[in-house]
Amino acid sequence: MTDAVTFQGVSRHFGPVKAVDAVDLSIRDGEFFAMLGPSGSGKTTCLRLIAGFEQPTAGHIAIFGERAEGVPPYLRNVNTVFQNYALFPHMNVRENVAFGLRVKGVGKAERHRAAEEALELVELGGYGHRRAGELSGGQRQRVALARALINKPRVVLLDEPLGALDLKLREQMQEELRKLQRALGLTFVFVTHDQDEALSMADRVAVFAEGKIQQIGTSEDIYRCPNTRFVADFVGSSNVLPADLAGVGRAGQWASLRPEDVVLDPAGREATVTGRFFHGRVTKLSLDLAGQSLTALIPAREDTPDVGEAARISWDPARVHLMEREA
Amino acid sequence: MSDLSSNAALFAPRSGPLARAVDWIIRHPRMFVFLLVLPITLWLGIVYIGALIALLIQSFFSIDEFSGVVVHEFTLKTYGELLRPYNLDIILRTVAMAASVTIAAAILAFPIAYFAARYAKGKWKALFYVGVMLPLWSSYLVKVYAWKLVLAKEGILNWIFAKLHLTWLLDGFLSLPVIGGNSLSVSYIGTFLVFLYIWLPYMIIPVQAALERVSKDLTEAASDLGATPRQNFRMVLLPLALPGVVAGSIFTFSLTLGDYIVPQIVGNSRLFIGQAVYTQQGTAGNIPLAAAFTVVPIVIMGIYLWGARKMGAFDAL
Repeated sequence: MTDAVTFQGVSRHFGPVKAVDAVDLSIRDGEFFAMLGPSGSGKTTCLRLIAGFEQPTAGHIAIFGERAEGVPPYLRNVNTVFQNYALFPHMNVRENVAFGLRVKGVGKAERHRAAEEALELVELGGYGHRRAGELSGGQRQRVALARALINKPRVVLLDEPLGALDLKLREQMQEELRKLQRALGLTFVFVTHDQDEALSMADRVAVFAEGKIQQIGTSEDIYRCPNTRFVADFVGSSNVLPADLAGVGRAGQWASLRPEDVVLDPAGREATVTGRFFHGRVTKLSLDLAGQSLTALIPAREDTPDVGEAARISWDPARVHLMEREA
Repeated sequence: MSDLSSNAALFAPRSGPLARAVDWIIRHPRMFVFLLVLPITLWLGIVYIGALIALLIQSFFSIDEFSGVVVHEFTLKTYGELLRPYNLDIILRTVAMAASVTIAAAILAFPIAYFAARYAKGKWKALFYVGVMLPLWSSYLVKVYAWKLVLAKEGILNWIFAKLHLTWLLDGFLSLPVIGGNSLSVSYIGTFLVFLYIWLPYMIIPVQAALERVSKDLTEAASDLGATPRQNFRMVLLPLALPGVVAGSIFTFSLTLGDYIVPQIVGNSRLFIGQAVYTQQGTAGNIPLAAAFTVVPIVIMGIYLWGARKMGAFDAL
């Protein structure tokens, strides 16, 4: 089976800035693929390379096996949901959604019927006559999605689509997006800086930093076995410790220890509490263990020592992941 | 207690008349709005609208053809005079000129404004503003006379055409009926070129401001959805920039409608509305007819704006 999108040594440099640097990547047909990274890591530029808004300075991009370099966005069967939705302000919701059909010359009655169908798909049936400005953020988000889906694209690109929504709405949209993607069987490529979102939604995640991919794998892989200190720290804010302190490997190696794997244990090692933050479900403790700073997430039902007090902690060495690569 | 915190929750009233006035205004926001709009209301209401009404009233008077005295009685006779073939020609000529100047200015301004809004950054943007505004800093009369020299038969333009062996092309243009003439400086083409030059900045700036507000995401979204560059322009960019184009066209259209200096210096001897007003209120002493002529551009602009609104030019505002 052909992959939906493949990158071979793709770079996009803006003068001296290497926004994307020699990236190899293949996104499988029908998968929910997340690109995760801090801002400026090159994930959005990768998305724009797939959409065709940017052209690579080096390397090859293929979409379903066809060479995509030099192909303008309007000739690609790929549609984008923009970060700020980019709804056309001079059109109502129906005209926005039907736009993709209008430029293809589909008749008015036909495209309005299709637009209504697409709106029902995102549970906005009957909103066609409204102006984009009259909708809430979540509704605009759905309109943008319906507009991107109307051309029946083979790949849907989503650029931080949930960034502007509040937490509750975001969680709801995450579920809906996932459901929709499964139901339509489309390839979704999703850019986000939110590791929770990436891990919970995606089949596979690519972690970006400084224009390069640090690691690609399933959510579990990335979380359990980060292969660099950056991935360990960025995904799940892992404690990165010298391996000998963590009790595995040898000196000079680095190990990742998840904060939730650190437990309070009267028989454990003594550390000093330097910070204590109540988060509802958990209490986050900042600890100092023999000069090494460490974070622990303690279930909120347990009593936790206060700042300045001593805490006895331990962890199961089996939960410690030894990192293959330095840096 | 640290230096960053203070013991007082509320502070004592500030002293001094200005400080107290400011405090008072902050506590009376409606009064503040009233004071803000007062000067402009007085100016617009009395000086501007008042003068306009006085003018309108004048246009409903007539002139006694024997004595030349203004008869202060309501009549539509003066407006009837506007419909005489000679006067009607003046109106049509002016409107046609204003319309062609406006259309040409819009076509010329759009790419310049697009470049400035999309691509010019930092010093290039500054250069754009200086380049567009610079002509406005010098006297309008100087520019028009300069153009007369450029366009004259012995002028630089003729010389360039001659050097390029393209005199036949220029002569061909000048031999066109109506818009042609003996030389560019005494033809409608000349008048058109000078109008276009002096009013162009008034088109570029509002179009650029409008394009500046059309986010790049919107044209990218259109392209993403399959719109070719031509469709993108027609369905997204132009409709969103239209308020700017309309704003610019209000300037170029009304400025051309009312101008009486350019056609006097560059062009043939046929009159434009501005010149008609000038002669009627001056040498002819026919204030009512001058006033009636002045009403014409106002009515035309009214119709134009109404039409633009109907076409949805202001929907995106």
